[in-house]
Amino acid sequence: MTLKLGVPSKGRLMEKTFDWFADRGVALSRTGSDREYAGAVEGIEGIALVLLSAGEVPRELAAGRIHLGVTGTDLIHEKLALWERQLTEIAPMGFGHADLVLAVPRLWVDVDTLDDLDAAAAAFRDRHGYRLRIATKYHRLTREFLQGAGVADYALVDSQGATEGTVKNETAEVIADITSSGETLRANHLKILADGLILQSQATLWQSRVAAYAPEDEAALAQLLDRIAGGAAAS
Amino acid sequence: MPTRAEVLARAAALRERFEREGALTVETPILQPAELLLDLYGEDIRARAYVTSDALRGEQMLRPDFTVPVVQMHMAQGAEPARYTYAGEVFRRQEHDAERANEYVQVGYEVFDRTDVAAADAEVFALFAEALSGLNLRAATGDIGILMAAVAGLDTTGARKAALLRHIWRPRRFRALIDRFAGRTPVPPTRAALLAAADPFADAGADIGVRTREEIEARIATLRADAAAPPLDGAQLAALETLAEVRGPAPQALARIEALAADLPSIRPALERTRARLAALDARGIDTATLDFEASYGRTSMEYYDGFVFGFYAPGRDDLPAVATGGRYDALTRRLGNGAEIPAVGGVLRPGLMLQLEARS
Repeated sequence: MTLKLGVPSKGRLMEKTFDWFADRGVALSRTGSDREYAGAVEGIEGIALVLLSAGEVPRELAAGRIHLGVTGTDLIHEKLALWERQLTEIAPMGFGHADLVLAVPRLWVDVDTLDDLDAAAAAFRDRHGYRLRIATKYHRLTREFLQGAGVADYALVDSQGATEGTVKNETAEVIADITSSGETLRANHLKILADGLILQSQATLWQSRVAAYAPEDEAALAQLLDRIAGGAAAS
Repeated sequence: MPTRAEVLARAAALRERFEREGALTVETPILQPAELLLDLYGEDIRARAYVTSDALRGEQMLRPDFTVPVVQMHMAQGAEPARYTYAGEVFRRQEHDAERANEYVQVGYEVFDRTDVAAADAEVFALFAEALSGLNLRAATGDIGILMAAVAGLDTTGARKAALLRHIWRPRRFRALIDRFAGRTPVPPTRAALLAAADPFADAGADIGVRTREEIEARIATLRADAAAPPLDGAQLAALETLAEVRGPAPQALARIEALAADLPSIRPALERTRARLAALDARGIDTATLDFEASYGRTSMEYYDGFVFGFYAPGRDDLPAVATGGRYDALTRRLGNGAEIPAVGGVLRPGLMLQLEARS
């Protein structure tokens, strides 16, 4: 058996993850050609690197097919109900910061809070005959947030990308999406509601409580946790 | 746990009991068009119902209850008066409590009858009390109509009353609105700035989206009118808040509500209906002297009810959901009736829970 560590397979998230582990004396690398999804772990015996999409890490952890995984808090909370029963958070990694927020057109000078949004939704439904549409790919998080706040008369419409453009394209009136600097929102004539922060997310290392751990896996895990507890090496 | 066969046998026996009262047995499809349920309950229903879809019919929901399809069927083709019964599975998505069943059998009894509303309420409640008599359950009752009448009768603007009525089933948002209309929460600074601005649209950016500048101006006008309206009357507010907390044996609870009618005279007709119902329950042999009455009962879970509401619970078993629930839903018949409406009351029993409780006792 080997301890399986799932890491996002491409882009900045992968590079930052490699850097984070390197700072703790664990060298992760891709092997083979640029296009081959294979990797290696050096520094601790008995750990295997699994490269996969960040969006699949929650499912794989919950199924116990990987023991450890790196992905954003947003994806864990969105995809897994009762995630605390299935996973343990080992360490927030200090990068990949992003906020899931509700944003409305800047034109909506009358809407600054959830209270306003709810009132605007009621008037919108009366006027247009359908519910105010909120474009998002974070359906569960958005719905639970709005339900908790007592906002009614809205409909969630699915948007898997370019969500900021849906308002101008008139396929939605409001969006719930991830933002880091807010620049894309501004460029698309949108503003964040004052109390519209649904979740603050960052890249995080998670451990599966569901996966089977052989004695050698436990040993490898203990070594790794030790390195992490020791923090980043002074450089 | 009872077996599926035992549950179905009990369900059939209960349905036969309701047939002897003159109810017609009806069936409804398990797959319901999602659009109607979403229109009625909003997006929140997705947290409670399983949604599926195909490319031809679009989104469908696994039947979360029978009431909506039965009302639809009656409004489309039913003769009056009518009594219906049904038995079958309902499906409830569970995201927070793995112990709760996501599929269980319900048996229902629904009465569409405009001759004597109080008698129809009492008929449903008494039949359920009889079906559950061996289980020593606690009955809870209430009447959402009293609270709705209190709100409708407040001396304030129509917009405020409409906002409060819209959120009567969401107590937290209701409370926040009350606090704002009473002047207890300060006006948010952005709201004050908006109303004071010479040109509210100075920083508005581009005109995008379906919601137009004119709609936004209309809402600003509403906000101005609201800012100019006086806060809710102190005596009425105190009476409304006391009303929401009233709870106790029916005679005492009603006496307390009667005392509040001095400040909230609009509740008198609803109070009279409640009295008539208690008399009808008495006539059916229900001990109304000890029957529990809560003015806010059903406010968090029973959104289509707009009058009498009731539930039966196993004492000391807070881990179990209600064994039976029901109520009056006149407004739902209006909503689904395309202009027609009829007073309607009904409820559902859970034979699986009944068997489970019988096995323990």
